[in-house]
Amino acid sequence: MKPSLLLGALRDPGSVRGLGLVQWDLLLRQADRAKLTACLACLFDDAGVSSALPAPVDARLEWARVAMRRHTDAVHFEVKRIQAALAGLGVPVILLKGAAYCAAGLAPARGRLFSDIDIMVPKDRLPDAESALLVHGWVGSAQDEYDERYYRQWMHEIPPMQHMRRQSVIDVHHAILPETARVRPDPARLRAAAVALPGLPGVQTLAPADMVLHSAVHLFYDGEFDNGLRDLFDLHRLLGQFGALPGFWDHLPVRAVEMELARPLLYALRYSARLFGTPVPETTVAALGSAAPNRVLMALMDALLLRGLQPAHASCNDSRSTIARTMLYIRGNWLRMPPVLLARHLFHKAFITKNTSKA
Amino acid sequence: MLTVGALTRKEVGARLGGAGLFLRTGPFVSCIRSNSAVVADGLMQMYSAYPVDDTGYADFHLHLRQSTGWRRWFRPQVHFYHDGEAPFEPMPASHGFAMLEWMLNWCVSGSAHAYLIVHAAVVEKNGHALMLPAPPGSGKSTLCAALVSRGWRLLSDELALVGLDDQLVRPLARPVSLKNASISVMKAYAPDAQFTRAAMDTTKGTVAHMKVPDASVARAAEPARLAWVVFPRYQAGAALSLTPIPQARAFMRVAENAFNYSLTGARGFQALGKMMDGGASFDFTYSALDEAIALFDGMSEDRP
Repeated sequence: MKPSLLLGALRDPGSVRGLGLVQWDLLLRQADRAKLTACLACLFDDAGVSSALPAPVDARLEWARVAMRRHTDAVHFEVKRIQAALAGLGVPVILLKGAAYCAAGLAPARGRLFSDIDIMVPKDRLPDAESALLVHGWVGSAQDEYDERYYRQWMHEIPPMQHMRRQSVIDVHHAILPETARVRPDPARLRAAAVALPGLPGVQTLAPADMVLHSAVHLFYDGEFDNGLRDLFDLHRLLGQFGALPGFWDHLPVRAVEMELARPLLYALRYSARLFGTPVPETTVAALGSAAPNRVLMALMDALLLRGLQPAHASCNDSRSTIARTMLYIRGNWLRMPPVLLARHLFHKAFITKNTSKA
Repeated sequence: MLTVGALTRKEVGARLGGAGLFLRTGPFVSCIRSNSAVVADGLMQMYSAYPVDDTGYADFHLHLRQSTGWRRWFRPQVHFYHDGEAPFEPMPASHGFAMLEWMLNWCVSGSAHAYLIVHAAVVEKNGHALMLPAPPGSGKSTLCAALVSRGWRLLSDELALVGLDDQLVRPLARPVSLKNASISVMKAYAPDAQFTRAAMDTTKGTVAHMKVPDASVARAAEPARLAWVVFPRYQAGAALSLTPIPQARAFMRVAENAFNYSLTGARGFQALGKMMDGGASFDFTYSALDEAIALFDGMSEDRP
């Protein structure tokens, strides 16, 4: 597969200097599809190339910057509202993924747009958290009874809650993988290692290694790769930032093994290095050696993921992209549910639920 | 500069069926692909004076694909794709051109956040812009079409683009969308104007588009400063009335009609405030188009 224009621009923002308008057209379409246009705008600003861009491109990136500024403000605001709503809970609330990057000012927050705010609370406090959020205007949005049961019985989160006036959506988790998944990292250990956020009492993020592991699990245990490239770029930027912390690269594989997440971490390191050139120390990869898949499986995963991680744009597909995405979808669900349950769930989604907005 | 009108119908069809027709409207370039004759004919008729851009770059990529195979004969439909994704349900093939217009609006209002985008018609005379925000059914488009047919320049029929830094209204002149009874009203009022064939039974009733005068298209790069915000209301038999509205109230009413007022945050708030400070706002009731036009003509001459 030939690398996409988008990948080239993410790897080396300065390389866009010579692009013609036809290439820019394609690059921005790939970026729009991968939800990375605002991210590109930030990278170009940082690389000092923004002033040298063709006028129509500059205008398009400015649209994205306006939306991004508003998004960042809105996330900070919502996080404060969530903090206020859950202050009485008596246990820290952990922000996950995009909201965590944003609240902690981490590298992946730059130019990252997302729709839902993910938080985690202990499972036995879920009812309290849910009613506190309800009192503050967030209401459950399960589509039907099946949806409700799907979340409550099998998932690691409750149905998304949407604010009645502001429309903001919160996903309340109690773990980072579903109840039905083959591995289930202990949430208590994640909470024990969580770190406080300055200026936001009662709100935490996962510890650096756990944040990387969660990002890896989220990407490589999921069936949908629509945001795959963006999520992998998050990992690249997280690793770049945390990699400078003393002892990070030694601790990361140890923690991964401890949490039974060595395999997804291995994939994260492999593809982040392959696609973005992340400088991963060999000792870290070696420490995960026992978790590596055999050569045949690795070759298959390469074939699937190197396609699945491309922007889901026609210009980035080859003859095998569709089948690769389908196989990744089945694999993602396979990892999250035992086969009989999975068959039942997919049957229900295909033939009974009319609206398949969130499976 | 190449215009749509300089191309033959066959050439337009070939572009639509190939790499796309790169159509420039105001500050935007849209790449349009389609196999629909309704779309091609509509473009030929309504966009003849508009520039065709040949840089190969477009802000928006639209594909309107009409059913082929057996569906060609039985209730043919047109499917809409925004760069490969289908955000809307298909519609009857005869709605193709109306759908193109809505999709172009959808693309702009959802992404061009360098402007405060107000759901309003804007026309200009003697350098003074008149904004007509749009509660549906108010007769905004009819009034807009009438003014345009009597020498006012069209800046926008649906989407007023207000610059966040200079508060100037940028032209985005595209065909004026007319609904139901107003189609026959305008055909009688502007017999020389061109109209598309009506699309029947759309979600908004019967819809037809009126062609923008070439003079408005030619001034697509020339912004205008707002002089008046007028909330029109057509009422059969009513006497002409123009009632001033307090600025704070008018501000909120325009904000309610802005697609991205919240998204543009403090900058949108300030831009709207400064724009409103530069003009006056009115509630307006009318029943006769000639009276309405005489009133606005007079206002445009009296204002320095």
